[in-house]
Amino acid sequence: MDNRDIVIIGGGPAGLAAAISAYHAGVSDILILERENSLGGILNQCIHNGFGLHKFKEELTGPEYAERYVDQVHELNIEYKLETMVIDITEDKHVIAMNEIEGVIDIKAKTIILAMGCRERPRGALNIPGNRPSGIFTAGTAQKYVNIDGYLPGREVVILGSGDIGLIMARRLTLEGAKVKMVCEILPYSGGLKRNIVQCLDDYDIPLRLSHTITKIHGKERIEAVTVAKVDEFLKPIKETEEYVTCDTLLLSVGLIPENELTRKAGITINPKTQGPIVDSNLETSIPGVYACGNVLHVHDLVDYVSDEASIAGQKAAMFVKNSLISDDKFAVIAGKGVRYTVPSWIIDDSSIAMSIIRFRVDGVYKDHFVTIKLDNEKAYHKQKRILTPGEMEQVMILRKWIDAKPELKTIEILLEED
Amino acid sequence: MEKRQLTCINCPLGCQLEVVIDKGEIVSIENYGCQRGIEYAKKEIANPKRTVTSILPVIGGELPMVSVKTRTDIPKDKISECMHCLKDLKVGAPVKIGDVIVKNIGNTGVDIIATKKVDKKND
Ligand SMILES: Cc1cc2nc3c(=O)[nH]c(=O)nc-3n(C[C@H](O)[C@H](O)[C@H](O)COP(=O)(O)OP(=O)(O)OC[C@H]3O[C@@H](n4cnc5c(N)ncnc54)[C@H](O)[C@@H]3O)c2cc1C
Ligand code: SF4
Repeated sequence: MDNRDIVIIGGGPAGLAAAISAYHAGVSDILILERENSLGGILNQCIHNGFGLHKFKEELTGPEYAERYVDQVHELNIEYKLETMVIDITEDKHVIAMNEIEGVIDIKAKTIILAMGCRERPRGALNIPGNRPSGIFTAGTAQKYVNIDGYLPGREVVILGSGDIGLIMARRLTLEGAKVKMVCEILPYSGGLKRNIVQCLDDYDIPLRLSHTITKIHGKERIEAVTVAKVDEFLKPIKETEEYVTCDTLLLSVGLIPENELTRKAGITINPKTQGPIVDSNLETSIPGVYACGNVLHVHDLVDYVSDEASIAGQKAAMFVKNSLISDDKFAVIAGKGVRYTVPSWIIDDSSIAMSIIRFRVDGVYKDHFVTIKLDNEKAYHKQKRILTPGEMEQVMILRKWIDAKPELKTIEILLEED
Repeated sequence: MEKRQLTCINCPLGCQLEVVIDKGEIVSIENYGCQRGIEYAKKEIANPKRTVTSILPVIGGELPMVSVKTRTDIPKDKISECMHCLKDLKVGAPVKIGDVIVKNIGNTGVDIIATKKVDKKND
């Protein structure tokens, strides 16, 4: 058995940033475990640009963004194992992993940082009637085929769901010579960024069919066509609007879910709204010394925020190892009206932290609403936003001076108000 | 007179800008939520530009493909020409981030550069 101060599961942007910040916080006995054959996570397949605007003030592609962190990990000589799959973590912080050379490895960690990222909602979750012919992929799988393996999955494509990966793939496949016939979105609005709708669809005259879904898949061996229909306000397909659209490929871009099998098995409490672990403002989960960051915690739109969040997890894990965390007391953060969830769910009562970030998503489209923060029913913050949508992660700061002004404080609530 | 609809991409409101153009000149812009919408419409009409990203096969590399991009953005109407120039192109390993793969693609004055490191395959 091996003993380690910090074991990081996942070598994507979250795992890399956590490792680097833990190192700078004074712990060098760090091991990153990554199941793929290279570091960088999902960024390796995201060859489009638009990463790093917040952190580096320039627009990088995914692989360029990843390399900046991978280079630092090499410079600092932080140890990692590739093609090593973590299969179990236990409550007493054993990490069980497997690779071809060493077989099963058992590592006793002082702290564990979960950075396993997210996965796409699979097609089984969709429930479209019809056969299950080949030619149906999640958008991310298609992205991997095209961008890593250099192989075009089909020539005539329909995309279901207007998430960003689907939009990005609509452009990618078009540029590679495929015909993308349409993107169908069951909701009356797209969850994708405006920029992607304009630059990935409008630029190439690819229609975005809002309030449309696929009601049937045709074809035996390979997909041949789909039936597309408009939906009513209750999202029920309207029979008379059905349309037969030929295609040899169907891409699904219907959402991402944090990858938390390991977390669940270890008995860590999961937030049903995010499908990620419940954490406090140190990003510590319900098991002391186990931290989480990046898409395993909640799905982020921008990798820049993933890196920031992961730095906090790395730093706190290092402090845990060095026994220098000050306080365990915490205040509950409540997701109030209009707010679907908040991360974190608790704020640590630590007077040395001037402010704590709360990230959240709203549960619908809200125009000209106010974001309000209440400390035990008293408003501390009230700011109007022109628009809030479920597709964009929002953030607010909780200032320590507000907390200091309320000695009896119990809960902090984030909510939306009309005025 | 030509009427064009543009979606402003500068914030999640995504205002549907109504632009009237006469002989290439903007006559009016309507339906913008703020000044940034006007700037966006002006740029999109006068000289829309995009960064193009793609992949190319690598010969003798540890990975089959290398990702590439135009170093800066290029005029939107040059995108398909740019993709055409990249067709059938192959790159020899090793490649580093920033290596120039094609100089002055499609006469845009912009180079195609690698966005990923691909080492030589050791055999
Ligand atoms: C298909 C897809 C496409 C995306 N495209 C974009 C995009 O275009 N733009 C954008 O801003 N964001 C995109 N995202 C979101 C993007 O993933 C995040 O911004 C960022 O990459 C999250 O970083 P991460 O480190 O949390 O997760 P990841 O990058 O997913 O890294 C997690 C790593 O953990 C490893 N891992 C998981 N489980 C185990 C295990 N049991 N053992 C060992 N290793 C394990 C994985 O192999 C992976 O390398 C995309 C996400 C997906 C799923
Ligand atoms: S015009 Fe202003 S308000 Fe409207 S989308 Fe653009 S930036 Fe947003």
